[in-house]
Amino acid sequence: MFKQASRLLSRSIAAASSKSVTTRAFSSEVPSTIDSTFVESWKKVAPNMDPPQTPSAFMKPRPSTPSSIPTKLTVNFVLPYASELSGKEVDMVIIPATTGQMGVLPGHVPTIAELKPGIMSVHEGADVKKYFLSSGFALLHANSVADIIAIEAVPLEHIDPSQVQKGLAEFQQKLTSATTDLEKAEAQIGVEVHSAINAALSG
Amino acid sequence: MALTAAVPFWRAAGMTYITYSNICANLVRNCLKEPHRAESLAREKVHFSLSKWADGKAQKPVLRSDAPEV
Repeated sequence: MFKQASRLLSRSIAAASSKSVTTRAFSSEVPSTIDSTFVESWKKVAPNMDPPQTPSAFMKPRPSTPSSIPTKLTVNFVLPYASELSGKEVDMVIIPATTGQMGVLPGHVPTIAELKPGIMSVHEGADVKKYFLSSGFALLHANSVADIIAIEAVPLEHIDPSQVQKGLAEFQQKLTSATTDLEKAEAQIGVEVHSAINAALSG
Repeated sequence: MALTAAVPFWRAAGMTYITYSNICANLVRNCLKEPHRAESLAREKVHFSLSKWADGKAQKPVLRSDAPEV
């Protein structure tokens, strides 16, 4: 009988949400509408128990997606030890996603992008601020808010080119002499990161 | 449908994302110019103080410093 209840519940919640909201894929605007037919059948069966609550009843409603695309992108750029940019309004951000450099404008499709070591540039009017990110994630939301998280982010001026060359040579050497899979992977990571820094410094 | 999605090389070698990310961050820190390099390496040092207990009293603590990866 309780197996039936969960089936009825999911069916009626789906029906309720499609009735109460226009054909919209995201549930950001759906309030936790309680389906009355389910509640009535529940009360017939178990009058002294409250109908079960669903997870959506406990969730705060998502921030609403504005109907017209905002003019500015709000960027939150955080590191484990500091909040670099917090709620800054910018025109565009270019992030080093694993699939390539991705430009993010206001109104970007909601995306979760894994970042590879590379340059992130923040464009505000005529100013461009560049950081070299070690790796991380970028969460782009429907309301034109971008959350970018990285473990290390340094301005390019803070990088020492001679150290980079030394590191690159060292890891290339380690790659040829590596035996176990793990050593090979570590050497490969070293080569990739140093090559990315090199490309960043020269490009 | 492929049963094994294309995994990144580090995951194929048995490394987790966090390990990969920490290694990348360490490499970047090691490539910085001097005052920034010392600051960032100092910021990321982790120390553990481990003391075994016997008869309700703490024995002498052992200080362990987590060696950075790479």
